[in-house]
Amino acid sequence: MSEMPTLRSRPLNIIYNIPISKTLKFWEGIKEGKIYTTKCKKCGKLYFPPVGDCANCLSSEMEWVELSGEGEIETFTHVIVKPASFQNEPPYTVAIARLKEGVRALAWLTGVKKRDVKVGLKVKLVAKVTPEGRLTYEFKPIQ
Amino acid sequence: MRKVAVIGIGHSRFGVRQDVNICELAFEAVKPALEDAGLTPKDIPYVPVASVGVWYEEPLPAVAIAEYCGLTGAGLVKFEAACATGSAAVYAAYTAIASGHVDLAMVIGAEKMREVDTPTAVELIGRAGYYLWEFENFGMTFPAYYALHAVAHMNKYGTTEEDLARVAVKNHKYGAMNPLAHFQREITIDDVLSSHVIAWPLKLYDCCPITDGSAAVVLASEEKVKELGIDTPVWIEAIGFSSGTANLSKRKDYVGLEASVKASRMAYNIAKISPEDIDVATVHDCFTIAEILAYEDVGFCKKGEGTKMLREGETEIGGRIPVNVDGGLKAKGHPIGATGVSMIAELTKQLREEVKPTSRQAPMKNYIAMAHNVGGTGHYCYVTILKR
Repeated sequence: MSEMPTLRSRPLNIIYNIPISKTLKFWEGIKEGKIYTTKCKKCGKLYFPPVGDCANCLSSEMEWVELSGEGEIETFTHVIVKPASFQNEPPYTVAIARLKEGVRALAWLTGVKKRDVKVGLKVKLVAKVTPEGRLTYEFKPIQ
Repeated sequence: MRKVAVIGIGHSRFGVRQDVNICELAFEAVKPALEDAGLTPKDIPYVPVASVGVWYEEPLPAVAIAEYCGLTGAGLVKFEAACATGSAAVYAAYTAIASGHVDLAMVIGAEKMREVDTPTAVELIGRAGYYLWEFENFGMTFPAYYALHAVAHMNKYGTTEEDLARVAVKNHKYGAMNPLAHFQREITIDDVLSSHVIAWPLKLYDCCPITDGSAAVVLASEEKVKELGIDTPVWIEAIGFSSGTANLSKRKDYVGLEASVKASRMAYNIAKISPEDIDVATVHDCFTIAEILAYEDVGFCKKGEGTKMLREGETEIGGRIPVNVDGGLKAKGHPIGATGVSMIAELTKQLREEVKPTSRQAPMKNYIAMAHNVGGTGHYCYVTILKR
């Protein structure tokens, strides 16, 4: 179809300030190289990602625990076509792993060649501060 | 609960529709739906509008569309259930009539996704999961969410990239027969396999396009059907629904969508049918793997046997249950809010046996059809059973 005439709208640039007071220890922990998460003091349910309130028993009494980060890849994908805000990143591999504590995590998998990524790969979830200062975490293969 | 029927359908041409704005696009579905039902805008007291929005300029599409189509004064609301928005809006209209609150309602599904560039559309759809934990740092895209399921399914059941390609080939075959489809040409397995990778193992032709489109349906109570003398009402026998966790990391596995299993069983129970009774179905094939998951989740076959159904042509016209013979999301296109409404419009046409060309009319035995509509990656699911 030929180009249709259009009117350009006024631009709208939105940045959200996302509250993290209830999960602050998690974000602070990343700076110390640790992965903390929450466990419900009342029913004992372990959460990842961390939460301020328990969806299982509705208690808000949570305690912080450190995760070993050790786990096994359950599934993965290599993202080639990226969203607008990730245009400057090289293609990335996203994986979901089940950690030995029983919770799962979704994160980038780095430090392994694409063709060597397989379901069942042993990995460790590690804290990371990006060069831009973003607080994140990623899977690394366990050698 | 009162019986509720579909008495009018309208459907725009799907595709890149930069020739129209959201209101003009909706009008293309609203007018034929009203004409089909023999009604005027003033007859319609309640109008749930299915549109996810953000990719077009109007933040309140329900009021803008209603004004443009002469529906101002009706009860209005915009619904959001991601890609299942259309079905969620149909459910609202259904319950409003079944409860006796109104006798007529019109559901309008309209989406304009091509007013933003592709990376922006990929961004906005990719954010639709749990933004904070799966997008903020990891840039998940919608193809990537389904690619996670494809890899798990391939690993567990031996599903191949060729199997995935078969879904695209089948749905393009029917899209080529549908004058309203975004893509109206056949493709080969090689076309799919050689197309560029979007989120491995999903390639360009494994993915539905980013589409503009609208669809509308008019629903009526049994009393109204009689009063208007509607000769081929299509009854809504059941609507089942369920949902899944926002974080994909909280699902129990990646070889199916639990919400589809639950929503379909709920619908079968209410309608008192089993999958074998269904003459024709639309399932949510936003990606090729999604159609395979759907066959298994809604019980058309056992877990892990979806690819076998495809290889044996069981979901083609002439097979056991023809699926997505309008081209599906894959070839007809997937204007997110309009999709669920489009499914109901298509199945109504199938049940009335008025599909043109007749080569994509499914043969009717029980006059029962099913629409399976997933929102996000099994975040929402609605299953609607229709019967003539």
